[in-house]
Amino acid sequence: MGYQRRSSPLHVVRAAVGSGLCCALALVALLYDDPLVLSAALAAALAAGALAGVGRALRRTLLLALPFALVIALINPLVTEQGVTVIWRFGELPLLGQRDVTLEATVYGLVLALRALALIMAFALFSAVVDPDRLLRLFRRVSFRSALTATLATRMVPVLQRDGQRIADAQRCRPGPPPSRLALVRAVTSGALDRATDVAAALEVRGYGAARRPPRGDWREPWSRHDRAFCAAAVVLALLAVGGRIAGVAGFEVYPSLATSWSAATVLFCLVLAVVPLLPFLDRRGIADPPPGGRTPRAPARDAVALRDLAPAARELRTPARDASAPPVWEAAR
Amino acid sequence: MSEPVLRFDRFTYRYPGAPGPALTELSLEVGEGEFVLLAGRSGGGKSTLLRAGCGLVPHFHGGAVAGELTVAGLDVRDHGPGELAAVVGTLFQDPETQVVMGTVRSELAFPLENRGESRAAVARGVEEAALALGIAHLLERPTHELSGGELQRVALGAALAGRPRLVLLDEPTSQLDPVAGDELIGLLRRLNEEWGTTVVLAEHRLERCLTAADRVLALAGGILACDAEPGAFLAWAAESAPALQTPGASLLARAGLRPPPVGVKAARATLRSAGALDPLPEAEEAAIVERHRTETSREDKVTLPPTRGAAPRPDSPPKHRFRGSRADANAALRVRDLWVEPPAGPTILRAVELTLRPGERVALMGRNGAGKSTLLRHLAGLQQPTRGSIDAAGRVALLLQNPNDYLVHEQVRDEAPRAALALAGLADHADRHPRDLSGGERQRLALAIVLGGGLDLGGPAAGATSAPAGAAAAPAASAPASARGDLPAVLCLDEPTRGMDRTHKAELARLLDRLAAAGTALLVATHDPEFAASFAQRVVLLGDGRPIADGPVAEVLAGGWYFATETARILGGAAGALDPVSGAALIRARLAARAAAPARSPMPARSPAPARAPAPAAPAPPAPTPTEAPR
Repeated sequence: MGYQRRSSPLHVVRAAVGSGLCCALALVALLYDDPLVLSAALAAALAAGALAGVGRALRRTLLLALPFALVIALINPLVTEQGVTVIWRFGELPLLGQRDVTLEATVYGLVLALRALALIMAFALFSAVVDPDRLLRLFRRVSFRSALTATLATRMVPVLQRDGQRIADAQRCRPGPPPSRLALVRAVTSGALDRATDVAAALEVRGYGAARRPPRGDWREPWSRHDRAFCAAAVVLALLAVGGRIAGVAGFEVYPSLATSWSAATVLFCLVLAVVPLLPFLDRRGIADPPPGGRTPRAPARDAVALRDLAPAARELRTPARDASAPPVWEAAR
Repeated sequence: MSEPVLRFDRFTYRYPGAPGPALTELSLEVGEGEFVLLAGRSGGGKSTLLRAGCGLVPHFHGGAVAGELTVAGLDVRDHGPGELAAVVGTLFQDPETQVVMGTVRSELAFPLENRGESRAAVARGVEEAALALGIAHLLERPTHELSGGELQRVALGAALAGRPRLVLLDEPTSQLDPVAGDELIGLLRRLNEEWGTTVVLAEHRLERCLTAADRVLALAGGILACDAEPGAFLAWAAESAPALQTPGASLLARAGLRPPPVGVKAARATLRSAGALDPLPEAEEAAIVERHRTETSREDKVTLPPTRGAAPRPDSPPKHRFRGSRADANAALRVRDLWVEPPAGPTILRAVELTLRPGERVALMGRNGAGKSTLLRHLAGLQQPTRGSIDAAGRVALLLQNPNDYLVHEQVRDEAPRAALALAGLADHADRHPRDLSGGERQRLALAIVLGGGLDLGGPAAGATSAPAGAAAAPAASAPASARGDLPAVLCLDEPTRGMDRTHKAELARLLDRLAAAGTALLVATHDPEFAASFAQRVVLLGDGRPIADGPVAEVLAGGWYFATETARILGGAAGALDPVSGAALIRARLAARAAAPARSPMPARSPAPARAPAPAAPAPPAPTPTEAPR
């Protein structure tokens, strides 16, 4: 999945703030083992995605991530021998020896799966709502060329995908047996190199070769209400996560035996964690309503410019002057 | 004239490894605020000239240069494209590879940021460029969501964001549909008139932009062949380079009228002053046009190599076994009630009904998004319709828009069978790498690939028009007799003339004519009415996903406003005259009738145009001697 432009408060904030919110969600998932807290982080990411208008994309990512999470949940009890509550004995297995499945290892597998889902969703949200151009602009001062290379790579992914689809269609139009895989790989590579050459030429004529560093601090982008709101939400979320961890809120011990400290406070803590990142969505001032279909309509065709005078005064034909002396030859090595 | 913005002084350039120079002893100057049109056949040196002007030659491409070239006073030997970007904006053919950033705003800001402008200056430059080009509404859009026309305007905006003194454009409309192309030309004219930006534009469809130009430079083989204002260029082209003539100029030249018209309006003014707009009786005009159309067609046929064997006529039964019902037995293709309704998005095709007979040549026209490409893809089986049926008498071959997508081998001989290569006029190129071929040759190679092995047409290659008859003869005699069975029943081509010059289009039309004569039904999606008029018998006009006009080519293209040839627009669609030959015959007949009745209809004394005396009704020799021939 990639960046999807939508009319939402989260889409209009600066890249640093959008990234910060997603990082705060990821931080929650990394700091806690408690399934309630992890579920709260996962729910917050999904709800933020839905409120930002990228819920469908996040749902698709979730469906793709579920098998991965399932594998984690299944493998952990098979490879971990910690825990005291045995719920299944495999007996003596070849190469692996004696294998016992414990309740604690099974629960921890589920916790790991839940954490993986929460992290994946936090980064899926980041990918869908943070404009890569804005993000890379943050890094330009550090390394302009690296940032541009990353931008180009991002931009070329859909272009090369379309190229690949076109080549596949063209090969389906060939009568007779299809060409070998090697020939196809060569064709695709050759096409990508052609593209790269064209892009390099375009970069040159846009002045990339003479790129200069922008002046420092000449003009700063003003902080909008949405910037402030999401920044505050991200900071509060991060402080809650770190503070709660230090204070031992939502403690969850798996090994050697399960020990939870679930209480009303834990539930309240989880509710706060889930709601804080969503509060800035309540303010939609300055956000345009999304157009039908989610895309900006095309501009009407511009009026034709009036025809020029069709009978211009006759021009004297230009004859280039020629010198007798031959000009010097200059060899350009590349 | 003020100090030139672009000055070539005996400039010669050779690409690395090339046997000869791409530009030879080029000397010319382009002044501030001029609109210069670069004309010439493919490979004539237009692109090289433009790439030299922006510094890519020699700094990016390498090679050897001699002579001098200065751009706004900067010597290109000392200043690379990065430095020249401050004074030159450049736009190439393919908008997809020129847009490098993720959003339109970033794209417009990119050249300004490269120059180290402050953020305030960048923001202002972006706003101004966006407003000037009418793309302000696109600023926040991701570039991968834009249409080709929008993308090209964004690329132009990026080229202009730094307000360069000179803009160089290399066939910027070749990848666009005519509407987007005309918009872009209008935009350039406005920039030139209102901002005083100097424009140098290379273009094949000269009739589209000749009226905007102050001056035309014609290049042939890397040498400046003509440097003149548009009218004088057309007079030169009539004599020295007929392939560069516009249809309107060809029409008046064949009718014996001068001066060559720079546009439709000028042509009509000349005809009006000569009294050639007064119509004859309708039946008489129709007979004249029909007679000359038939003669033109016969002339074309004579130039083609003879076909061998019993090629089915359009009204004869097909040789292929038809899988449809008995009632459809004489159809090569029958489409019934075809609907394409994607799960998300609007309906693309609605209840399309279409029948093609063997050997029939049909042009499929319509605006961008009308469903032309989708229809062709469904006919070839690349996509499945929502409902409806497609019955074909045999294989349906499809040539997609980009011929490069078909090229996967290291040698031309490995791409297609020998007979197919010979038919496409590529027998002599069998040992070359496919990507070393020119654009027109690649198109013909892709056509040979989709045709496959069934090419037992007999006779020499149609594509090799410049070669003597039989020089690239198809090895038809050695081809297996069963090969005819592989010849597609229907050949579909999607915009095959994009970026082609007139000569290559004529070659393609002859090649298609040969295939049609062998019984293959042709369905060609095109935006080019001149090409459609040159090869098609019938035109199907798609609108809103279904055929809105379907009839003989003369009927559809003469009666239209947008979908009309230049000849038809000049003559107001009279008698269905589409091409300069039949149009000129009609004009000559009108002039003869007028001359025969001087008492009833005297020549207007106020006529300011230097029109010739009425020509005789018999066809006049083409290309009259121009009053002043450029160098």
